[in-house]
Amino acid sequence: MKDNTAASAMRPFVVKSLAILAVVAIILLLPQIFQTRFAQSLLNQIGIAVIFALSYNMLLGQGGMLSFGHAVFYGLGGFMAIHTLKMVNNGVVPIPTELVPLIGGAFSCIFGLIFGLISTRRAAIPFALITLGIGELIASCALIFPSFFGGEEGVSANRWTDVTLSPLNFGRAGEVYLLIAAWMLVCVFLMYLLTRTPLGRMANAVRDNPERARFIGYNPHMVRTIQFSLSAFFAGIAGSLFAINFEIITAHALGMMASADVLMMTYIGGVGHFFGPILGAVLVTFLQLVLANITHAWLLYFGLLFMCMVLWAPNGISGLIMLHEPVWKAGLFKKLLPSYGRALVPGLVLFLGVIILVEINYHLSLSTNPESPMSLFGIEISAQSAPPWIASLLLMTVGFLFFRKAAFQVRDAWDEVTRRMRKGEH
Amino acid sequence: MLEFILLSCINTLIYGLLLFMLSSGLTLIFGLMNVLNFAHASFYMLGAYFAYEVSTHIGFWPALVFAPLGVGLVGIFIERYGLRSVHKYGHVAELLFTFGVFYVVNELVILIWGRNPVAYKIPEMLDFTLMSAMGTEFSAYRAFMLLISVSMFAVLFFAITRTRLGLIIQAALTHPDMVGSLGHNVPLVFMYVFGGGAALAGLAGVIGGNYLITEPAMALNLGPIVFVVVVVGGMGSLTGAFVASLLIAALQTFAVGFEVSLSDLLALWGVSAPDAGGFFHDLLRIEISHTRGMMPYLFMVLMLVFKPKGLMGTREE
Amino acid sequence: MPETILSLKGIHKNFGESEIITGVDLDVFRGERHAIIGPNGAGKSTLFNLVSGLYPVSEGRMELKGHDITKLAPHRINRRGLSRSFQTTNIFPKMSVFENIRCALLWPMGFGHSFWHLCERKKALNDRSRMVLEQIGMADRALMPAGALSYADQRFLEIGITIAGGAEIILLDEPTAGMSRHEIERTVNFIREVTEGKTLVIVEHDMGVVFDLADRISVLVYGQIIATDSPEAIKKNEKVREAYLGKEAV
Ligand SMILES: Nc1ncnc2c1ncn2[C@@H]1O[C@H](COP(=O)(O)OP(=O)(O)O)[C@@H](O)[C@H]1O
Ligand SMILES: [Mg+2]
Repeated sequence: MKDNTAASAMRPFVVKSLAILAVVAIILLLPQIFQTRFAQSLLNQIGIAVIFALSYNMLLGQGGMLSFGHAVFYGLGGFMAIHTLKMVNNGVVPIPTELVPLIGGAFSCIFGLIFGLISTRRAAIPFALITLGIGELIASCALIFPSFFGGEEGVSANRWTDVTLSPLNFGRAGEVYLLIAAWMLVCVFLMYLLTRTPLGRMANAVRDNPERARFIGYNPHMVRTIQFSLSAFFAGIAGSLFAINFEIITAHALGMMASADVLMMTYIGGVGHFFGPILGAVLVTFLQLVLANITHAWLLYFGLLFMCMVLWAPNGISGLIMLHEPVWKAGLFKKLLPSYGRALVPGLVLFLGVIILVEINYHLSLSTNPESPMSLFGIEISAQSAPPWIASLLLMTVGFLFFRKAAFQVRDAWDEVTRRMRKGEH
Repeated sequence: MLEFILLSCINTLIYGLLLFMLSSGLTLIFGLMNVLNFAHASFYMLGAYFAYEVSTHIGFWPALVFAPLGVGLVGIFIERYGLRSVHKYGHVAELLFTFGVFYVVNELVILIWGRNPVAYKIPEMLDFTLMSAMGTEFSAYRAFMLLISVSMFAVLFFAITRTRLGLIIQAALTHPDMVGSLGHNVPLVFMYVFGGGAALAGLAGVIGGNYLITEPAMALNLGPIVFVVVVVGGMGSLTGAFVASLLIAALQTFAVGFEVSLSDLLALWGVSAPDAGGFFHDLLRIEISHTRGMMPYLFMVLMLVFKPKGLMGTREE
Repeated sequence: MPETILSLKGIHKNFGESEIITGVDLDVFRGERHAIIGPNGAGKSTLFNLVSGLYPVSEGRMELKGHDITKLAPHRINRRGLSRSFQTTNIFPKMSVFENIRCALLWPMGFGHSFWHLCERKKALNDRSRMVLEQIGMADRALMPAGALSYADQRFLEIGITIAGGAEIILLDEPTAGMSRHEIERTVNFIREVTEGKTLVIVEHDMGVVFDLADRISVLVYGQIIATDSPEAIKKNEKVREAYLGKEAV
């Protein structure tokens, strides 16, 4: 740290820039690597989810506002975008497709300002309730304003136009990916910068201690309102990209369940670090699309994962990762590995038991013919016979017992590592 | 017209009391533990499904007793092994936890009973018309629902004003910061109240599930309305919850009957609305009866904006 | 006649039935160091809470630099140049020490709700934050989360947040409470240094500190100011001896 030569001062900057360039290049090249239709669709949805989840974290993680109605802005932006596309289709206005998300975002931002003024006077529980109320209010509006929300079928438009800035005309999913990726990169970058602005810092301050913030010149209500409407702006962009990607949007996009999705996705990724929601968005969208093809029970697993996080890892996956940073730096990570390994095996056994139980139950309750054999991990079983039930209960019990034992070992290993790190300091 | 009013009044009463059965538990839990139980309507749903299960195997009357008890036990379990351990992370974490419970219970119900409504029927014994006045029929089951709700409130009232636990709860409701000084049994009180609130919601499910419908969406449909009631009444106030339950019920029940829209009003003034289509067209065409679904939320949002403490609340949060 | 910067006229405050402040009139002069002393529960902190806008007054009028601030919200009063500290530490626990100070500088340095400036890029802002950190002697702990500091350090940070913005009038509520002899000495020097040319109103129990710092002293007993005078005169005042000093200053 002491040497002040220009070269070494430049090094972090160069490394950082190169890293960013590499990430951008990888993101742009992804569709060349994964060329199936499924992968295309997955990548598009991940890009949208990343923006949406990060915008949600502007509320929950950075501003301490637990919203149950964030999808309102996602949906409003989406509807605005689809109407814009429609107007472009009809030749009413010549707005290039690349800029349509901006219109959706601005539309959401205006509503964000209005609803923000109403709802952010207090944070925590009153805020959560008002956002829930506003969410339900807008969702029920959807049915009585069919001209904007399109009733049950929603509104559709055609994204394939000649009115574009670039040579692309967004007929193919691959081209839409480039649009989504570009907007995602811009939005991620902007939202990251936002955390370092006076507003972003004050959002943290107001989250930590709203009372004190009032005595350093800030009105928490105002700080939250601005943060809220900016977050609505980015949600609106995400919603617009959704509309462009699917060429249709329905009132489901702004309903309670969509709000729940983004809340859980963000929380699972972790609200304490900027990159947490990105992890959450990638992981959850991936699982959602992959598992939805294999099992009906995806939502149940999703809910259970969320509950586990709330109970045992309130800082989400990113929190778990960052927990290991000091250990890694101290070179003690390998001390933890054996205990993790010992916990992993019974954990998987326990999980396998749960899966079997869930799947046979789903087969019994949802399939048209419960007596028909079902296949699980490639094995044909009969859900109504005893063996799978017994196997499941057995796996769960054994897994649970050993997992609990292993959990104690993990704790001991952590105690040991912390002790060593403390000693290292002195 | 008179018939409409009479019928609506009865329906308001039944629906309102049902709402109160849910909101009273939610209010008690919130007032005492400062936990907004997102999963409260899930207990209502569980009550209905448990009752369905018990009544198909044994009968309705046992279900009336065992289903709420079962739901109460579920509530106690959730409080003891879940809520209590997230308490240290604060109120937002508690809210997130109960939200997770709500989500998982929804999926579990689908897992066990399927996506379609189950055939949870009104007991035959009560399935007849008790009386009919002016062409309006009043079924015995509705009378029974009223009876159950009213007697439940009598019990609740007695429990709160006359028992030791009730007195502790009362003290805690009026002086929330004093909860800590109630002595070493605070966690136990919390557990009982949470379980009791859950059982109340379960009872509402038992008598409401067959009257309305028993399906996986019932928690999602009713839950937000119960929140509206609690907010409008004033968080932590039982009287407020009671008044608000009836108010919201009346709002929703009476709205159904008014098929009046803005354009009708304009027509009264001799102005005929231009048939231009688009947003304003929609706006003019909305009938009051269409707004039934959004009315409670509009009411709640307005309430929070203009009178955040609610009708009878003393606390801001 | 010195210029009055803060003026309280007939201030009353009730909490429900009980009247805690029962008619306070007080003029604070520009540039003076004014101490408020009085027994526990006299209402000193409540008075600060009224002046800074945390609680609404029940009756009376408050003026800051000739402007009526009676009904203003805390942030508005703060923006008019009045900054206060709290008796029980009141900081931003999850943010770093440096961020705590920097946030306190944002409004006074004119950044408002800006979301188009980057804090890192604002040299004046960061330099001044570092300077305040040096002043409170915590430059070496700049990156620690504030919540992880020791009690005494949190007290220093509390004062740092209060004085950082360079407010014209500073209200400190028992800044040395719970500090050791050595820390008190450091704090007093530090307070004297940073309030040079400013107006200071300080609530303090340590009589050494009070007589060391104050130009004038007001004695608050049962919600009323029974005397306002120079330290020497207060020492001799019979009423004060009786009500307050008699017990403790022996
Ligand atoms: N928010 C409040 N609600 C009710 N009573 C209060 C409140 N704040 C202070 N009090 C009461 O006012 C009296 C004076 O308190 P305070 O101003 O803190 O005294 P001190 O002079 O020791 O700083 C105490 O009796 C206290 O209980
Ligand atoms: Mg005090």
